[in-house]
Amino acid sequence: MEAEGVVKKFLYLNRKAPYGTIYALESLEVVLIGAAFEQDVSLAFIDDGVYQLKKDQKTSVNDGIGVKNFSKTYGALEGYDVEKLYVDKKSMEERGLLEEDLIVPVEVLNDTQMAELMDQQEVIFSF
Amino acid sequence: MKFAILVNEGPYQHQASDSAYQFTKAALEKGHDIFRVFFYHDGVNNGSRLTVPPQDDRHIVNRWSELGKEHSLDLVLCIAAAQRRGMLDENEAKRQGKDANNIAEGFRISGLGQLIEAGIQSERLMVFGD
Repeated sequence: MEAEGVVKKFLYLNRKAPYGTIYALESLEVVLIGAAFEQDVSLAFIDDGVYQLKKDQKTSVNDGIGVKNFSKTYGALEGYDVEKLYVDKKSMEERGLLEEDLIVPVEVLNDTQMAELMDQQEVIFSF
Repeated sequence: MKFAILVNEGPYQHQASDSAYQFTKAALEKGHDIFRVFFYHDGVNNGSRLTVPPQDDRHIVNRWSELGKEHSLDLVLCIAAAQRRGMLDENEAKRQGKDANNIAEGFRISGLGQLIEAGIQSERLMVFGD
C-alpha cells in the first residue's frame, strides 16, 4: 500500500481542548494508525490544544464528566516511535500552565520556532 | 500538482465541505490531479445518501458524487469516524447487525491508512476544517 521507503515529515497540529469536542481524540487515532507507516512524526499543541496534555483529567463517572480518559495514550506514543511533542509557549502562559503540569515531556517553542517547525514539514494535519 | 484533500466537517454546518469542493473543482479544471478526497470527523456525513436539503440551494452530497463520477475521484469516508456517526455501507451494516445502510453513490468506506497514504503519495495535502 505505501510507497516503498518514502519518509515524509508529518506534523499533527492540535488546537482544541480535549473532551469538549472530538478533535483531540480523533487526531490521536490518526497518530496511532499513522505510526505503522514509519514516517517522521511530530505533534504540536497550540491554543487550547495544550490542555490535551494536562495531568489529572477528571473523566470518571463518579467525580468527573463520564467519558473515556485517553490522556495516557500520549505517554504511550513513545512506544510507537512518536517522540517529538511540541507545545506553544504563549498558549501555555496564557493558560497558566507549566511543563510540570503536563503528562509527557515536551519541547516548548516560541512563535518563531513554531513557525520554523511548520516550515520544515511536508504534510500537516490540522484538526 | 498531485493534491490530497481532507474534509473535517459535515455538510452545511460548516463551510469546509463547500470550500473543499470549490478547491477540488478548480484544481481539476487547471489540470491538477486529486489523489484522494478523505472525509474525517463529521466530514463523513458528506457521504450520506439520505440528505434532503431545500431544493433552492446546493445539494452538497450529490455535488460530490457528481464531481467524483466525472473525474473518477476516490471519495473515502473514514471507517472509525463513520461508525461513530452512524454512516454504514451495505457490508458494514451486515457486519454490525444494523437494519439499514446509508452511503451515497461514489463514496467508499475505508481505514485511516488511506489518509496517511494520501499524505505520502500526494505532493500537497489540503485540510478543510473548522
